[in-house]
Amino acid sequence: MDLRWIPGATPTSAESAAIDQALTPLAADSVELGPRQLLLPALHAAQSRIGWISPGALNHICQRLDVPPAEAFGVASFYAMFSLERRPQAVVHVCDDIACRTSGALHICSELEKKLGPEGKPPAGAGATWLRSPCLGKCERAPAVLFQIAGAAGGEWSQSPATVTQALEGLEHRTPPTQASTWLVPQAQGPERHRLRLLRRIGKVDPENLDDYRAHGGYAALRRALELGPDGVLREVVDSKLVGRGGAAFPTGRKWEAVARAAVRPHYFVCNADESEPGTFKDRVLMEEDPFAIIEAMTIASYATGSERGFIYVRGEYPLAFARLRRAIEQARTRGFLGSNVLGHGLRFDLDLRRGAGAYICGEETVLFNSIEGLRGEPRNKPPFPTQVGLFGKPTGVNNVETLVNVLDIVLEGGPAFAAIGSGQSTGPKLFCVSGSVTRPGLYETPFGVTLRHILELAGGIHGGRKLQAVLLGGAAGVFVTPDEIDVPLTFEGTRAIGATLGSGVVMAFDDSIDLHDIVLRIAAFFRNESCGQCVPCRVGTVRQEELLLRLAAGKPLGSRETESVLLGDISQVMRDASICGLGHTASSAIESAIKKLNLFQGAKKR
Amino acid sequence: MIDPATGRNQRMIELTIDGRTVSVPEGSTILDACRTLEIDTPTLCYLENLTPVNVCRVCVVELEGSRVLVPSCSRKVEPKMVVRTDSERVRLSRKMVYEFLGSSTDLSFAPGEVHRQMESYEAKPDRFGARTLPAKSGERDHAHAGHHQPAVAGHAQTVFQPVKVDNDLYVRDYSRCILCYKCVEACGEDAQNTFAISVAGRGFDARISTEYATPLPDSACVYCGNCIAVCPTGALMAKSEHDLRERGQWEPAKQSVTSTICPYCGVGCTLELHVQDNRIVKATSPLDHSVTSGHLCIKGRFGWEFVQNLGPLTSRDAP
Amino acid sequence: MLWGSNARETHPIYFHHVLKGIHNGARLFVIDPRRTSSARWAEHWLGLDVGTDIALANAIGREIIASGLVNHAFVERATSGFEEYKKRVESYTLERAAQITKVPAAQIRQLAHTYAQADRAQICWTLGITEHHNAVDGVTAIINLALLTGHVGRYGSGLNPLRGQNNVQGGGDMGALPNKLPGGQDVENPEIRARWQELWGGKTIPPRRGKHLSEMFEAMGKKDLTALFVLGENPAQSEADAIQTLHHLRGLECLIVQDIFMTRTAKLAHVVLPAGASWCESEGTVTSSERRVQRVRKALEPPGEARDDIEILCNLARRLGRDWGKVTAKEAWDEMRSLSTWHAGMSYERLEELGGLHWPCPDASHPGSPFLHGRLWQDPVGGPRAPFCPADDEPPVDKLSDEFPIRLTTGRRLDCYNTGVQTGGYTSPLRRGESLDLSPEDGARHGVLDGERVRVTSRRGSVEVCVRYVDSLRAGLAFMTLHFPDEVETNVLTIDATDPKSGTAEFKATAIRIEKIEAGAKPRHPATASARRH
Repeated sequence: MDLRWIPGATPTSAESAAIDQALTPLAADSVELGPRQLLLPALHAAQSRIGWISPGALNHICQRLDVPPAEAFGVASFYAMFSLERRPQAVVHVCDDIACRTSGALHICSELEKKLGPEGKPPAGAGATWLRSPCLGKCERAPAVLFQIAGAAGGEWSQSPATVTQALEGLEHRTPPTQASTWLVPQAQGPERHRLRLLRRIGKVDPENLDDYRAHGGYAALRRALELGPDGVLREVVDSKLVGRGGAAFPTGRKWEAVARAAVRPHYFVCNADESEPGTFKDRVLMEEDPFAIIEAMTIASYATGSERGFIYVRGEYPLAFARLRRAIEQARTRGFLGSNVLGHGLRFDLDLRRGAGAYICGEETVLFNSIEGLRGEPRNKPPFPTQVGLFGKPTGVNNVETLVNVLDIVLEGGPAFAAIGSGQSTGPKLFCVSGSVTRPGLYETPFGVTLRHILELAGGIHGGRKLQAVLLGGAAGVFVTPDEIDVPLTFEGTRAIGATLGSGVVMAFDDSIDLHDIVLRIAAFFRNESCGQCVPCRVGTVRQEELLLRLAAGKPLGSRETESVLLGDISQVMRDASICGLGHTASSAIESAIKKLNLFQGAKKR
Repeated sequence: MIDPATGRNQRMIELTIDGRTVSVPEGSTILDACRTLEIDTPTLCYLENLTPVNVCRVCVVELEGSRVLVPSCSRKVEPKMVVRTDSERVRLSRKMVYEFLGSSTDLSFAPGEVHRQMESYEAKPDRFGARTLPAKSGERDHAHAGHHQPAVAGHAQTVFQPVKVDNDLYVRDYSRCILCYKCVEACGEDAQNTFAISVAGRGFDARISTEYATPLPDSACVYCGNCIAVCPTGALMAKSEHDLRERGQWEPAKQSVTSTICPYCGVGCTLELHVQDNRIVKATSPLDHSVTSGHLCIKGRFGWEFVQNLGPLTSRDAP
Repeated sequence: MLWGSNARETHPIYFHHVLKGIHNGARLFVIDPRRTSSARWAEHWLGLDVGTDIALANAIGREIIASGLVNHAFVERATSGFEEYKKRVESYTLERAAQITKVPAAQIRQLAHTYAQADRAQICWTLGITEHHNAVDGVTAIINLALLTGHVGRYGSGLNPLRGQNNVQGGGDMGALPNKLPGGQDVENPEIRARWQELWGGKTIPPRRGKHLSEMFEAMGKKDLTALFVLGENPAQSEADAIQTLHHLRGLECLIVQDIFMTRTAKLAHVVLPAGASWCESEGTVTSSERRVQRVRKALEPPGEARDDIEILCNLARRLGRDWGKVTAKEAWDEMRSLSTWHAGMSYERLEELGGLHWPCPDASHPGSPFLHGRLWQDPVGGPRAPFCPADDEPPVDKLSDEFPIRLTTGRRLDCYNTGVQTGGYTSPLRRGESLDLSPEDGARHGVLDGERVRVTSRRGSVEVCVRYVDSLRAGLAFMTLHFPDEVETNVLTIDATDPKSGTAEFKATAIRIEKIEAGAKPRHPATASARRH
């Protein structure tokens, strides 16, 4: 291509070295996949080296990867964790999303504003700044912050629960505190720990030690899979009636069969670890504490679908999960569990680890493909579906982390045995991310079919003896459930019956002291921030929706409350009907449910 | 049916639209089928000479078996599809798209067709309140993904901003931009392959931009003006037209369009000269011409000034 | 295969079609001394030395023969002279060609094999082939390759000289050639001449071919030619060896210039006839590079006293004693096509309805001919066989030496056109004026920095110009355009060594030297200069 580079934009030697280093181990890939797919890793390298992506760095990346500078800018400016303008090297992202804002996040924000200046606008010469962040996936230990420290000795880590002092100290010392664990799985210490399936290794197995994983039954499932053969694995997965745990609940076996049967080669398999649904943290815990299980499950999935290459795409805000997976992949590769002859069985499979950079939308599967390919995080129109035209235009299987981990037991125990767990069409175990006003927030596992009340009781009920006001089920894209609905069985069928959704397994409880108006406004702001902007209904609809709620919150409706109600209905309908992807389809579901069921925004301002 | 372009026999697909059966060649879109039946289907981001991006969603139709509406411009027909183009859901979505765009962008230069459709769908962009004032110059170019300032209560946010005038050939008035992606496609793989612009940022802050929003003369732009040719709302406009409009001298009623051949190289591009008061005010090329598909180069698009001088020969002197 | 053509900049909309092909999997090879913007889209760029095209073509031919990739069925049926060709290219081994052209042998081999094995392949060329003293040999050397492989006369294959002007094809088709009447008919054929004479009612169509441009200038030098009527050309600035050209033009007894501009040539004229712009101030047709005849239409009234070309010619005829009345463009066209089988079926009505037609179009029902030479695939071959025309390579006339060590080649830029009389009328943000484009290595060798002013000298003259470092040139090669003759008269440098058959001068190969004239001058573009320097 006769591309034109940015005139006069030269990287510093530190920038070009960081970029070149990031591209070196991946250079061989560019033969098969083209250089463009290395854009996101290269942008990460530039950002983490000096704290922003300078024109010189972008120019260097573009020349290395043969990408037009305007397009690279378009991609870089899409992600919240990248800065295209000079910014201090130390940044703390403060989660002010639902769970954290009910746990003191707003106080952290206002204190940081006093100390560091307005959000993202530090005084001249300042070495640090702060930014608000959408859910960091640490809801069980709210409030959470994420440090993003650039420089040769920099790093990224999150801290939760966090205080103002810790936030400031982190910015100053620029080294992560030693923290025993970052997860909360109360059942792992309790009497029910023997019944855990998905969580059984959490806290018991060293996530950085392949041998420890194997000592606890690791890689037995892959051996079994190799005995079963690809068709045998497919049969077990179909029989298990496993459906996707990412939110869409699509039958996994059908998806795998479609990929396996696709005539076009090669096939790819992708693990969607871009867990970003506010209130969700289950995949993070699995990645941080049981990374080898994901690698093993990916190997089985790829074996069954005829894929020789897999990708794990981890959200940018999960530095620990990313680091653990990276170490695990390296170990697995060294020990022959990945590569050209897995388990000495002649099986060829290798994994690429990719890291997002702050974009909820990238959890949508086609967006995730675009993100890996070095394109903007915009969804593709379906059909064609990923099983036919997916990553790099090839047949692709894609599953969420939790879904994949289920595969291990399915292969070991057989599909029918798995299908016997749970209830009706909702088979197997399910993880629930319980947070908010409960006594013991954390990640819980139960078979499908227990009630919401049961989950809340597992978590010790509403804390401080307060009354339950509502539960947000399924995350920001889910719905609010009222106290008189909590006997709903947590199955796909059960939640559907009350017009709710399990979504990604979010159970966020709100006691009666919480101003739900504020929560609903935050949800509206979330979608306004996270819409990719590609299609009109979602790009403008999320803005109009937030404006409308702000008018209601201010007690200044346009016309009457009735006309506003009609308008909100119209906005949500066009988003649901005409948006390209799930973000737009669900951007008003929690908000509509709150207004309808919880009588919000109906009268004078609360507070 | 024999495809006139390839001479190959084409399989025909039968489907039902609004209760009427229609048969179209395999590979056609629902929009093609609608047009065969002369069903008035609005489009904004669709153009014959570009790959459909299906982002505006104004052409959506109801497809039996599909939970959501589907974009007719890009959805390929399949046997036995049952499509509805006149349902309440379809009408509402189309109306809302028009209202969203009408309330957030300046559609005053959009062609009459857009305004006719807006009327027929009873779009009332004012339902969202008074529009916000234009942003300061460059403000929207620096929006950071994932962060925003809520609007002043009671106001509908807009993309209004000052016109970007940074060269003598064309201007960019992004207050009028509906983000249809056409200019990006024309600058990119669909025609010019120069890739001088891209969509940058995200959500409502997404915008068409050069790298770091650098002015066009510092960018990769080669001024083919193919972006202007595909822009549906006048956001991209030849400076000649912009200046006349600014002076209140743009008078379409007085304009004639004459098609001729570009005076430069031997490719033979058809030029449509838009002439007002014996002066060329704009040059375009027809979308359906096999040589250009509507695209031109800098010389064809802008290189006609040399015939403009109305004085005696000496004043049309060689430079 | 794009040979000696920077179509990305000189034929941008044609190149759109190339790009579509590339996106659909077509493979592009670009042969050009410069790594042009076109070459940057190629799978392989063959950066040969200026003027070694024939050696390269012969080596490709030899490699095709040596590797058994000749399309023998086609060669035996439809061509003549293969054995002689085979003998003549025998010495052009890959190694020898690599030495002559500086293109690696492996690349030549790859191109030869890819071309010969392609299902469909085209060779397009431009002035990189034809602006040489042995231009016609260069063209035939290329044609030989198509004959070897049968990549001619079929849809999607062929040989395409990309025309540089909107009607250079049409002008020739209409008889604006020294040896042709309209429709490619030979003026020296008495039968043909008689037909036209009958139509025109005159008695004296000269029975012999006239002079082409270079011959005319030669004749001016010898005072054999003393009167010149120039229509829409600016030879004072467009001809090679400008000093000599001006001398000839000034020596004319009568110079008449019919133009839309007061060009440098017009300023020398005894009579200037102001004309309307043919493409927008009058009616008519033009013929594009693909032989597509299309209508041009009047969109504007010409300014002042400027008149339509036909009107001027009719008035001139009246003054000379022949009253043709008022002739419209359509009438002139219909008259022409009454005796040109190429154009017979191209009524204005059909041209308008179909968006143009490709000649030959012999009758009103003919769909036109998007490609030529299909007859070579008829069984038996229609008409004469296509002859191989072997050609030997011969280096450019203007030899490099210690005194003139740098090879200067010339060409166009995207936003400009020829001597700039038309493109000077609009403000292009891309325009930076004339420069001597140079590789940074040459800059270092000759002690000049990017932006510094130098004197460029050839065996014929010298000009002053600023240096611009570019990454498209190798050491030893420099580039200038002819776009800004009033600023830098590049043709003072070029040589008028012309091809005896085509009459085209060797604009593409001049031997020059450069000398810095302003020590320590500031770069013109500080920002870009500093960025490019390392």
